[in-house]
Amino acid sequence: MNRTEKTPLLEVKKLEIGFTQYFKGTQKRTIKPIADLHVDIHEGEIVAVVGASGSGKSLLAHAVLGILPGNAICKGQIMYCGEELTDERKIQLRGKEISFIPQSVNYLDPLMPVGKQVQIGLEKSQAKKKQQELFCQYDLQENTSNLFPYELSGGMLRRVLFATSVREGVRLVIADEPTPGIHPQALSEILKQLKKFADAGAGVMLITHDIMSALEIADRMAVIKDGRTVEISEASAFEGKGEGLQTDYTRRLWRALPQNDFDLEFRAEGGTELCP
Amino acid sequence: MAKTILIRIVRMVTLIIGLSILTFWLIHISPMDPVNAYVGGDSSASPEQIEKIREYWGIDKSPAEQYFSWARSLLQGNFGISKLYRSPVISIIKSRAMTSFALMGTAWVLSGSLGYLLGVVSAMNRGKPLDKVIKWYSYTLVSTPIFWLGLILLIVFAVWLRWFPVGLAAPAGVLDSEVLFIDRVRHFVLPALTLSILGVANIAMHTREKMIDILNTEYVLFAKARGESKWQIFINHGFRNSIIPAISLQFAYFGELFGGSVLAEQVFAYPGLGSTLTTAGLKGDIPLLMGIILISSLFVFMGNFIADILNMVVDPRIKGDG
Ligand SMILES: Nc1ncnc2c1ncn2[C@@H]1O[C@H](COP(=O)(O)OP(=O)(O)O)[C@@H](O)[C@H]1O
Ligand SMILES: [Mg+2]
Repeated sequence: MNRTEKTPLLEVKKLEIGFTQYFKGTQKRTIKPIADLHVDIHEGEIVAVVGASGSGKSLLAHAVLGILPGNAICKGQIMYCGEELTDERKIQLRGKEISFIPQSVNYLDPLMPVGKQVQIGLEKSQAKKKQQELFCQYDLQENTSNLFPYELSGGMLRRVLFATSVREGVRLVIADEPTPGIHPQALSEILKQLKKFADAGAGVMLITHDIMSALEIADRMAVIKDGRTVEISEASAFEGKGEGLQTDYTRRLWRALPQNDFDLEFRAEGGTELCP
Repeated sequence: MAKTILIRIVRMVTLIIGLSILTFWLIHISPMDPVNAYVGGDSSASPEQIEKIREYWGIDKSPAEQYFSWARSLLQGNFGISKLYRSPVISIIKSRAMTSFALMGTAWVLSGSLGYLLGVVSAMNRGKPLDKVIKWYSYTLVSTPIFWLGLILLIVFAVWLRWFPVGLAAPAGVLDSEVLFIDRVRHFVLPALTLSILGVANIAMHTREKMIDILNTEYVLFAKARGESKWQIFINHGFRNSIIPAISLQFAYFGELFGGSVLAEQVFAYPGLGSTLTTAGLKGDIPLLMGIILISSLFVFMGNFIADILNMVVDPRIKGDG
């Protein structure tokens, strides 16, 4: 597949996000956690967005979905299938063509049985059946569907979140750190599920700070730092000493992983977040 | 959970015992002499009757013994005889309670549902003119004394517009059995309206806060990301997470409701428990006074008790750890 010629499914260009805040009562100031972000995703492709915590990964996801908080000011361009993704289109598409797997299990309603939460957005007549199939697929027992979130383990809740994202006609999946706190076997299951989305033709944005597991399935990696895209490279460039990588930052990031030569200097400079 | 409920019940019983001691003591130290107050200027009371009253109050015994003999007869359902009405206190309370509960019940339901609705609408339109109007309305009402509002309604609807009568639960001079239902309703509307209008503010403001909290949660954010509309978000998550706190708040509101009804009944000369309480107090009808105080406290305690239980049930996480 030649990516460069086809219109990308999602293209984010020069994204800027700022927040106006009031402090000391009346004074207004603007902070700008995202200054210059680029990323593009093609159909059937998995792009991992990696960056330290606080680098703006979740904000990127929320901007694409149109769920930024009210005091956020968002500039730049977000294109979907070659057309500008306006607020109206976001409202139209989310939950249908664009599906979202959030960062934490707090995104589930604490007072609604999990089965019911998976049924939301499914066609009424088939919702129950479809939900049962999804539970089966994600290895959740039939009787868990009547339980409340607090009655399930963290890993199970992750899988429930996954089940909410599986909808017919999904073309773009945005997964915000779907893997932390999950045991290795469930981890590989989740990666497999993401791969499945891509194999079915959807574009996948995998937000994570776990570079190693991202590399298992990602086609490309976008590295972001302090709200800027540092580099976007083929996943295959992340090997050896990182000779194929474009920037020094990414190279050092790569080398600082315990699996590689463990660049202690980089870790000391604050790259630790990305290097478990 | 069962243990917590038991603790609440024990606490409630202790409170009632404490309250009965307090009531007894207050009346004991007050200058009212039960026998004198009871018989009053009525010289027709025979010596045997007076003896009976002395026995009921145990006048000759020590205060502790007096209290216990009084409490014992209370437990047997004997609240004594009202001096004013010359009939058993319990039957007066029963008949007045019905009129009062009709009033309070209506106000409770009306103010609860309207207040909840306003709170939700306000929160879902936060910052918009509609929200500002509802907020302004509620803040104004919260600081409005009930008798003042009652007087305003009375002047506007009864005196100027003549839509409703000025007082009493039924037209004066008509036999009880001949009072038409419509007349009862006409006498009922203004006090009920007064109580409801005031009750709205409290629940509306609390519901608004709660709803705003809910709308800021991550699960509502996720609902949006999944394409749920505003209405679906309310039905799926907003209602579910806010209704039980709202109902529980309404139960905890029983105390203020009763207090409000005492004043509203006074303003509208509506013969319920509240106005009877005032009369009993002013005329020194001790058995009636104590009976109403105890029954109404029981009522308020019940409200708080139900509110507590609801607050526990609302969160399944708490139910989980027993
Ligand atoms: N509502 C907000 N108001 C102000 N600052 C915010 C808000 N949301 C996020 N930020 C800031 O934006 C930065 C990026 O946040 P986020 O996208 O959540 O990071 P992460 O990469 O860990 O997902 C953080 O520094 C955070 O403090
Ligand atoms: Mg994040």
